Amino acid sequence: MSQLDRLAGTAPAIEVEGLVKRFGDTTALAGVDLAVRHGSVLGLLGPNGAGKTTAVRVLATLLKPDAGRATVGGYDVVREAHQVRQLIGLTGQYASVDDTLTGTENLVLIGRLLGMPRPEAKARARELLDAFALSDAAGRATKTYSGGMRRRLDLAASLVGHPQLLYLDEPTTGLDPRGRTELWDLIRGLVADGVTVLLTTQYLNEADSLADDIVVIDHGKVIATGTPAELKAKIGARTLEVRPADDADLPTVVAVVGELANVTPEVEGGLVTAPVADPELLPIVVRRLDDAGVVVAELALRTSSLEEVFLTLTGRPADEVAEEGIAA
Amino acid sequence: MTTISTTIAPPRPITPRVSPLEGLRQTMTLAWRTLVQVRHNPWELGDFSIQPIMFVLLFTYVFGGAIAGSTGAYLTFALPGIIVMNMLFVTMYVGTGLNTDLTKGVFDRLRSLPIARWAPLAGRISADLVKQAWSIVLLLGVGMILGFRIGTNLASLLAAVALILLFALSFSWVSVLVGVIAKDPEKVQIFGFTALFPVTFVSNVFVQTETMPGWLQPIVKANPVSILSDAARGLMVGGPVARPVMLTLMWAALIAVVFAPLAVARFKRRV
Repeated sequence: MSQLDRLAGTAPAIEVEGLVKRFGDTTALAGVDLAVRHGSVLGLLGPNGAGKTTAVRVLATLLKPDAGRATVGGYDVVREAHQVRQLIGLTGQYASVDDTLTGTENLVLIGRLLGMPRPEAKARARELLDAFALSDAAGRATKTYSGGMRRRLDLAASLVGHPQLLYLDEPTTGLDPRGRTELWDLIRGLVADGVTVLLTTQYLNEADSLADDIVVIDHGKVIATGTPAELKAKIGARTLEVRPADDADLPTVVAVVGELANVTPEVEGGLVTAPVADPELLPIVVRRLDDAGVVVAELALRTSSLEEVFLTLTGRPADEVAEEGIAA
Repeated sequence: MTTISTTIAPPRPITPRVSPLEGLRQTMTLAWRTLVQVRHNPWELGDFSIQPIMFVLLFTYVFGGAIAGSTGAYLTFALPGIIVMNMLFVTMYVGTGLNTDLTKGVFDRLRSLPIARWAPLAGRISADLVKQAWSIVLLLGVGMILGFRIGTNLASLLAAVALILLFALSFSWVSVLVGVIAKDPEKVQIFGFTALFPVTFVSNVFVQTETMPGWLQPIVKANPVSILSDAARGLMVGGPVARPVMLTLMWAALIAVVFAPLAVARFKRRV
């Protein structure tokens, strides 16, 4: 990238080309390409063990890639790692705070390491603890914090240096729904302030609700990219659901839906579902089922959830993939 | 929820590298952090304060009479060696602390910051030297209350302290290596005790070499713990100094030359 691009800010905030990382016989990243626009949120979506964390660690200069290239803010993550570190904030399962120190001490420590004079580091710590509703716990050792408080402090710690780019590696894993919603609100606030965010998650609704763009990875490879809406549209915008009044008609329904949607429909509890790309299909389905003498109890065409998108992309439901990842 | 209005600051100038002076300042900050941890974890303070005092009291009053005839005479003989032994145990905090940071993810956060690559390690070791100095002062203080007397002068005493700290600095690399290899902090502690107990007891810390079986004496004499204890006795109480000090310096250099590159190599593989 030229110096001019860098100054003009027209280049992507993060650019990754053909990134490969191996650990022994395991290939964690098998040639990943992605780009993150300035001020946007990119959701890196994939099951456990898909390579999300490895990708973030490379972009955070914690791991050296075996092949490929990655730039952050125009700086190469290997050759210009020190420059990259001045731009980023990292929050993840592994980039943690010191649980023997208090909330304030943790944030002051980082401020001091970033070269702030002590009063400034203290003021910054106070400001962040206030903003993250941690003021009351500021003087307590962080090992006494709840899971949600701990995540908020992790996030605060990554913001001490006013980063332009924020990496959030599974920021809400293990949080209860309330803690998750709170953290989402915080992240939206940061994005409103203009921070560029790289978010990894295995929760489809998290990517759906926070990300501007989504990159789906599995087995270290990018298997789909696009906005949440594009991804849903790409796979078959809708899901067709048909429930015959009589279960005896199920094979007929499966045959008709299968033929028209050109896929093998799923059958569960008397309900036949299939992804369909063309909404015009609905009246045709109705006519064909009528011709076949099938009485329909329920018929619907609804927008696919990202969950189904994921299923179509990986050939496995997200839960199953996630479990497999844990076992691996 | 209000937004954090100060997230994006006016862009700071991006610097190409960390200056050595900044690295030193970061080291001091990280050393401060390690010492603040002690405040929140009084157990650790007990570990490197009460435990050595217990050793002094136990050995002086339980074995002292039997070994040296009187507790006062024994204290004069044993205290310099007990200080050396305690120093070796205290170096294990470098390894446990480092391992805790590695396993809990604190180290990754530190490495994602624009700080000198060597600052986290140097910070640990610097903090360790403060703990070491504290332990030495404490042991000398308790020893003096119990009847230990400096037989030389202040300059020699300071030289003894400096020599022990230098050896600690060198031996820290062994601790770093163990800290990097071990799966969890407890394993570092277990190693510390199982390896350091024989090394410190098969020495002349507690009893004169001449009282031991003939086959054991060469081992005891070659043990750097004995040599450093001899040097410390010479500098604190009186007696030969030149030879044990020279040998101690050689041992310190040897340990650093062997273990520092090993520790750094394993360290780079792990992070």
